[in-house]
Amino acid sequence: MTRLTRWSAAELAARIHAQDITAVEVTRAHLDRITAVDPALHAFLHLDAPAALAAAAAVDDGLRRGDPPASPLAGVPLAIKDVFTTIDMPTTCGSRTLQGWRPPYDATVTRKLRAAGVVIVGKTNMDEFAMGSSTENSAYGPTRNPWDLDRVPGGSGGGSAAAVAAFEVPLAVGTDTGGSIRQPSAVTGTVGVKPTYGGVSRYGLVAFSSSLDQGGPVARTVLDAALLHEVIGGYDPLDSTSIDAPVPPVVQAARAGAAGDLTGIRVGVVSQFGGDGYQPGVLNAFEVAVSRLRELGAQVVEVSCPSFDHALPAYYLIAPSECSSNLARFDGMRYGLRVGDDGNRSAEEVMALTREAGFGPEVKRRIMLGTYALSAGYYDAYYGQAQKVRTLIIRDFAAAFERVDVLVSPTTPTTAFRIGERVDDPLAMYLSDLCTIPANLAGNAALSVPAGLSDDDGLPVGLQVMAPALADDRAYRVAAAYEVARDGAEGGPLAQRVPDLEVVGR
Amino acid sequence: MTAALMDYDEVLERFDPVLGLEVHVELSTATKMFCGCANVFGTPPNTQVCPTCLGLPGALPVLNGVAVESAMRIGLALNCSIAPWCRFARKNYFYPDMPKNFQTSQYDEPIAVNGSLAVELSDGSVFTVAIERAHMEEDTGKSLHVGGADGRIHGASHSLLDYNRAGVPLIEVVTKPIEGAGARAPEIARAYVTALRDLLRALGVSDVRMDQGSMRCDANVSLMPRGSSTFGTRTETKNVNSLRSVERAVRYEMCRQGAVLASGGRIVQETRHFDEAGGTTSAGRRKETSEDYRYFPEPDLVPIAPSDAWVQRLRATLPELPWQRRARAKTEWGLSDLELRDLVNAGALDLIAATVDAGAPAAEARSWWVSYLSQQTNSRGVELADLPITPAQVARVIALVAEGALTNNLARQVVDGVLAKEGEPDEVVAAHGLAVVSDDAALTAAVEQALAAAPDIADKIRGGKLAAAGAIVGAVMKATGGQANAQRVRELVLALVSA
Amino acid sequence: MPTISRAEVAHLARLARLAVTEEELDLFASQLEVILTSVARVGEVAAADIPPTSHAVGLTDVFRADVTRPGLTQQQALSGAYATEDGRFRVPRILDES
Repeated sequence: MTRLTRWSAAELAARIHAQDITAVEVTRAHLDRITAVDPALHAFLHLDAPAALAAAAAVDDGLRRGDPPASPLAGVPLAIKDVFTTIDMPTTCGSRTLQGWRPPYDATVTRKLRAAGVVIVGKTNMDEFAMGSSTENSAYGPTRNPWDLDRVPGGSGGGSAAAVAAFEVPLAVGTDTGGSIRQPSAVTGTVGVKPTYGGVSRYGLVAFSSSLDQGGPVARTVLDAALLHEVIGGYDPLDSTSIDAPVPPVVQAARAGAAGDLTGIRVGVVSQFGGDGYQPGVLNAFEVAVSRLRELGAQVVEVSCPSFDHALPAYYLIAPSECSSNLARFDGMRYGLRVGDDGNRSAEEVMALTREAGFGPEVKRRIMLGTYALSAGYYDAYYGQAQKVRTLIIRDFAAAFERVDVLVSPTTPTTAFRIGERVDDPLAMYLSDLCTIPANLAGNAALSVPAGLSDDDGLPVGLQVMAPALADDRAYRVAAAYEVARDGAEGGPLAQRVPDLEVVGR
Repeated sequence: MTAALMDYDEVLERFDPVLGLEVHVELSTATKMFCGCANVFGTPPNTQVCPTCLGLPGALPVLNGVAVESAMRIGLALNCSIAPWCRFARKNYFYPDMPKNFQTSQYDEPIAVNGSLAVELSDGSVFTVAIERAHMEEDTGKSLHVGGADGRIHGASHSLLDYNRAGVPLIEVVTKPIEGAGARAPEIARAYVTALRDLLRALGVSDVRMDQGSMRCDANVSLMPRGSSTFGTRTETKNVNSLRSVERAVRYEMCRQGAVLASGGRIVQETRHFDEAGGTTSAGRRKETSEDYRYFPEPDLVPIAPSDAWVQRLRATLPELPWQRRARAKTEWGLSDLELRDLVNAGALDLIAATVDAGAPAAEARSWWVSYLSQQTNSRGVELADLPITPAQVARVIALVAEGALTNNLARQVVDGVLAKEGEPDEVVAAHGLAVVSDDAALTAAVEQALAAAPDIADKIRGGKLAAAGAIVGAVMKATGGQANAQRVRELVLALVSA
Repeated sequence: MPTISRAEVAHLARLARLAVTEEELDLFASQLEVILTSVARVGEVAAADIPPTSHAVGLTDVFRADVTRPGLTQQQALSGAYATEDGRFRVPRILDES
C-alpha cells in the first residue's frame, strides 16, 4: 500500500478514474501513512478519516454508476491549511483563540474542492494566523521537516508542505502572504504556487493581510500543482478582489513545459537576490538551476529591480497594519476563546484579557507594530511610505517584464533552519521571506520548484519563478521544463529521496 | 443633576451659535451594504445575519450597487459633486456592537462633496445650508443592557447583542459649520433635518423614520462671543430622535453652554446624550485617551470610480425634488404663499402631492391631510407622515366618496379603520359594512316607513313643498345608520310621494 | 532611529485591546524598536511624487446586485458563542456608549 502514497495526484486520479484502484483504497493508504508518520511530523491539526473515506466512497460510487469524474482530481486525497473555513472540521488558524471553533460556513476553496470530488482528509498546522516562517508559532506545537526532524518545515504553511513532502497526501492547499506557500515548499522539496492575487478566492480564508493573502496549491510535481490550481482558482462573486477572468491555462502550460523546450523564453535573474546573507549551497544550487534553464533553450539575462531592497521593510509595515485590523474581531464576544468573564469585569476588560491569552507572542508583536504604523502621526512615515514602495516594486516588475518573460531567484536565502534557532530573533526570522515578498506586494504570480539539495547541508533548495499578473501559466511552463530536466539529470524526482519516516518514527 | 441654563435671549445677546449637523440615514435597500442579508426591521434577533455581517473569520464584503447609486443620487439632489474616484476605509475601534471591531466607512474619500440644501423657515424665508459631504458606511448591531434600570447602560449586569442591523447601509450627510443663524439656530436645525427628510423621501431611498431610527441626527453646537470669528469648543449631542428634539436639543445646548461660559467655565469637547423626556442633554463618560481610529484604505473592497455617463444617468433619475414640487404645487393648485407655507409646515405637501398622483383631486387631497388627518396627528402626538395611512389609501377613500359608495361621515370611519391598522380602505368597508346602501328595495322600504311615520310631511311634499323632503331623507339616513345614499333616497321620496 | 518607550507600548496595547504583562512591556519595547529601526528604511525612498498602492489588482467598481442571499439561522449564528440569551450573544457589561 505504501506505493500508492508515492504516486502523483495525476497518476492516482488516472488510476481511480479508470477504476484500477478505488478512491477508498487510495484514501486509506494515505490515512495509514499519516497514522505512521504524523506523530513524528505533526503536520496535521485535525484529521477526519470517516468523512474522508465517505467522500472517497462517494467518488467510487459515482464512477461505478458510470458518471464522469467531477474533476481531474476527483478521488485524490488532499489536506487544507487550517486557515480556510470548513463546516465539518474545526478551523483554528493555529491559534488558541480559535481552539475548537467550528465555522458555520465553507470557504469558497473548500466548496470548490468538495464539488470537484477531492477527498479532504484534514487540516494542516501553521504559524498562528499565518504569521511566521517556521510553523513554530502554532499554538499547537511545531511541525517538523521530513528531511530532518530537527529542522523547521518553513512557514507559515509548514504543515501543508511537510504533509506533501512526507507522502501523507499528494496535494495540499496553502496560503501565501509573504511566502507562506513558496518558502515551506522550498525547504521541504515540494512545489508551491502563489497564484496571481485575485486568482483564488479569499472568501473563507481567515485574513492575515487582506491585500497580500492568496491561496494556492502545494504538490510534489508541477503538473499536480497545476491540476489543483485549476480546481481552486477562478472568479468568486463573494470576493470583491477576485478576478473575473478564466483561470490561466496552467495545466496545458505544465504539460507543454514537460516537453523540455524553453527555446525563445527570456529568463531574468534578479540581481538583488544573492550575495551576502545567502547560504553558499543555496547559491550553488541556484546557479546550477539557471544553467539548466539555459540548456533548455532559455535566454538568461540579469535584471535589476532596485526597489526589491525595500520590499521586506514595506511588507513588515503593510502586513502588520492590515493584521492589526483583521484580528481585532477576535475579542471573545461572538465566537472563540473568552477569558476573565467573572460576571463583574466589563466587556472591555474581558476583551483585553481574552486577546492577551488567545494570541501568541508573534501575533501580539505584529498587532502592536501595525497599530503603531497606522497611528495618527506615524501613518505617513510608515504605512503611507510603505504603500509608495509598493508602487515602486510594481514598476520594477513591469519594467522587468518588458525585457523578460519570467524572473527567477532562489526561493529562500537559506535551507531549513533548526527548530528554535530563530524564535527569539524576529528579524532573522523575517529574512526567510526576503525573495518571496515582492510578488505579494505586486500581486503577480510566483512559484517555487525543487532545485536539488544544497551541497553544504544536503537539504532541499527551491527555485523561484515569477511571472506577470494573470500569466501564471508562464511560470508553470518554465517550472515544468526545469523539473523534467532536473529529474533527468539527477536520476528521479527530488521528492522521492525524502528519508523514510516510518523507520525514523519507530 | 441639572445644569445651570442661561436665558435664551441672553445667550443671543452675548454669543453667536455655530451648528454642525450630522444625519445618518439607513437606506431602504433590499439587502445590507456588504452582504445579501435582508435589510428589514423587527425580525427575531440574529436571524438576518451571515458570515460577513457577523464578522466571522474569513468572510468578505461585496458592495451593494444600489446603495452606491442611492448615495450618488442623494449627493446629486444635494447639489454635491460626485467624486471621480473614492474608496472605503476602516475605522478601527473596539465595541461589542461592531462585529469586526472596525467600521467600514468612507473616511477622507466621500462619494459626494460640497453641496447645499435650501431650507424654508416658518416665516417663509430661505436659509441655505452648505453640505460638506455625503458618505457611505455601515450600521452597527444593537445592544440590550440587562439588569440595570430601564435598560440603561449604567448599572447593567451584562449586555445582549443582536446583529440584524449590523451592516445595514447608512449614508451620513454632514453640513459645513452653520454660522449666522442667531436666534433661529434651533429652528434652522429642525428645518434642515425636515428638508433633508423630505428630500430623501422624495428620492425613495429611505424610510426616514426618526422614531424607528432609520434617520438619526447628531447635533454639534458651539458658541462664540459675538463679534468673534473663532469657533468655540463644540459638543456633539446624540440620540436626537425626532424633529422636535433637534430643535430642543440645540436650544438646550445653547443655554447650557452660555451658562458655563458666563460663569468662567470651559466647554469640554464631548459626546452628550439627549434625554427626550426632560429635554436636556447629559455628558457621556469621558474617554481616557483621545480617539485614534487608525484609518486605512479597506483592502477587501476595490475603489469606486463613477464614470460621467453613470453620473448623468443617475441625474436623469432624480424625481421632482421638494422645492420643485413646492413651486409646481403653488401654480397648479393655485395656493397663496401663506397656504403653501402652512402645508409645508404641516409636512403635508408631499403627502398631498402623492395623493394627487394616486388619482385624487387636489382640493379633496388637501382637505383630508390638513383637516381630518392633521387632527389625528395632534391626538396621537406624531408627525403627519408617521400616521399609518398612505397617500394611496387616502386617494382610495376619496374615490369611494366620489363614486357615491361612501358619505363623508362613512369615509372618516373608513379612515379611522385604516389608522387602526384594520387593512386597506376596501377591507375596512367590507368588514364594518360601511358601504352606502344604494339597494332600491331596501331603501324603498325605509322611505315608505318614514313617510308612513310622518304623513303631514308627506302631504307638504305633495303640496309642492319639495324642501320638506329633507326631513324624510334625514329620517331614512338615521334609520340606516348613515349608510344610505342620500341622493337616491331623495329621488325615491319624491317618486313615492307622487305615485 | 525610532525609540519606543514602555509607555508607548502600553498605549499601543490599550488601542489594540491587549492586557499585556509587565514583562511583555519590556520585551515588546525592545523588539518593536529593533523592528521599527529596520523597517524605517522605507523612508529612504524619495517618493514625493509616487502614488501609494493600496490594492495590488487594478479593479474598480465591483458591485453586488441588491438581491437577498440565504444567510445563517439564528442557531448557526450563535453556534460559536461563549454565552447566549434569548437568541442574542451574551457579553459582559459594556461600560460606555460607543
